[in-house]
Amino acid sequence: MNIKPLAPRSDFPLLAGDPKLHYLDSAATTQKPQAVLDAISGYYERDNANPHRGAYTLSAAATEAYQTARDSIARFLGAADPDTLIFTRGTTESLNLLATAWGHANVKKGDRIVVTRLEHHANFVPWQQLALATGAEFRICELTAEGEIDLAKLSELVTKNTKVVAFGHVSNAIGTVNPVAEIAAIAHRVGALAVCDGAQGAPHLTVGFDSLGVDAYAFSGHKMLGPMGIGGLIAKRDLLESMPPYQMGGDMIALVGDNATTWNVLPHKFEAGTPNVEGAVGLAAAVGYLESLGMDKVHAHETALVRYATERLATIEDLTLLGPPAVRRGGLVSFTLRDVHPHDLSQLLDAENIAVRAGHHCAQPLMRALGVNATTRASFYVYNDSSDVDALVSAVAHVRERFAATV
Amino acid sequence: MTGPMSGELEELYQSIILDHNRRPQNFRAMPEASAHADGLNPMCGDQFTVWLKMNGDVVEDVSFQGSGCAISKASASLMTQAVKGKTKAEAEKLFDSFHGLVTGHGGGEDLGRLKAFSGVSRFPLRVKCATLAWHAMRSALDDAAKGPASNPTEPQA
Repeated sequence: MNIKPLAPRSDFPLLAGDPKLHYLDSAATTQKPQAVLDAISGYYERDNANPHRGAYTLSAAATEAYQTARDSIARFLGAADPDTLIFTRGTTESLNLLATAWGHANVKKGDRIVVTRLEHHANFVPWQQLALATGAEFRICELTAEGEIDLAKLSELVTKNTKVVAFGHVSNAIGTVNPVAEIAAIAHRVGALAVCDGAQGAPHLTVGFDSLGVDAYAFSGHKMLGPMGIGGLIAKRDLLESMPPYQMGGDMIALVGDNATTWNVLPHKFEAGTPNVEGAVGLAAAVGYLESLGMDKVHAHETALVRYATERLATIEDLTLLGPPAVRRGGLVSFTLRDVHPHDLSQLLDAENIAVRAGHHCAQPLMRALGVNATTRASFYVYNDSSDVDALVSAVAHVRERFAATV
Repeated sequence: MTGPMSGELEELYQSIILDHNRRPQNFRAMPEASAHADGLNPMCGDQFTVWLKMNGDVVEDVSFQGSGCAISKASASLMTQAVKGKTKAEAEKLFDSFHGLVTGHGGGEDLGRLKAFSGVSRFPLRVKCATLAWHAMRSALDDAAKGPASNPTEPQA
């Protein structure tokens, strides 16, 4: 099998500078194309000033750069109203923003909060703690044997007193792609908020927020070729307008009186302090790069690599693949190898220039349900090709032999 | 792998370590223990419990259970063999010596077969693995000295 990279490796300085590296940890963070690095340095070389503050030309240029970035990223994610895209540090901050600002204003004792067994800690712990703080009931929807959300169980769990259903678009730990519209419909039947953690969705799939069905969608820029420290929350306008602010400070105010303050309009109400313009500009360049590749092609490329990887890994004795079949999975494979701990495996793979993630993937509730402490995860993106899969498969097979040889 | 392991990795994964990973010694719970303590690595979820049975100041028996990587499991296994029959002070001295060895800060005295872990010092990320059960052992030793009632869970920082 010969699957070529969708994006040339030469576009990515780190990969171009390390030709032997098999980078298979894009679900943790992606490498950055030159276009993103150029956009960031270009911003500092030409447009840098504090936006929304000065009347001078340069501040206007910074404001313009920031707003243009918001427009492109909102368009990329399918939100017609760019002011409903709130920039944050990333998915974690976006979900904390919701759980804190919306949660404390709307959830009370006797209410119910529903999450799923698949969630990353970022979409689990904020809701669990909200439940503990308010006295609401915290319920976890279990999975089918193939690691997919059991929709029948979810329907039963989402009772009239449910205020929010929080779930991921794609599982970072085992790759499950969730039926977002169906889950949102179950939440909306009882008037609950449907909140989607899109950290592993936005980089790989067409999001189409306005027709997705959810009320709020959180994502991280660094998992989609953008810089670290920028991401966002897209939410319906009436939801954002009804919520109190999350952080207080500059930019988010309208009028500050001695004893009371009024809030600025969206998106500023949720963006206190000097914004991360560099991050927004870098992320806008990243989505521009992804648009030029085409998200349909990105998804097809990952699916081809995952299908090839699952076929080949399945031939290794003692290797167990976790999660749903390749056709219903995002761009990653997660597996265990009998008698070889993922940490040992990843250390030995590292010696072969293969970078994979070993551990609980910030999903301890899921690991417990799967009956494992940790798994090894290889995740793919636009710059990967079949040689990365071949290197992984042959190295895993050799490690297995080496550990088995000591019996 | 296309070739033999690199020298540094050969040193890390010596055959004695792989053997103890496959067949850990004293790998059992100990209901009659004087004290026990947990070692948890929150980064990876690896977790061991170490049990100690003291006879006065002497470690009469020691065992462990749990799950973790080859480095952490083999280290726990060899540790139980090394501290059995030692006094509290001797076991603590062994801890310091082992800690010095794996962090590359001296140490290494009286370690015997535990010297197999010398390769760990080249892999700073694995120091926590190698010392996980040792921290639990030391905390169980302290608990045993305090009396039979206390056996708290202590996540390792």
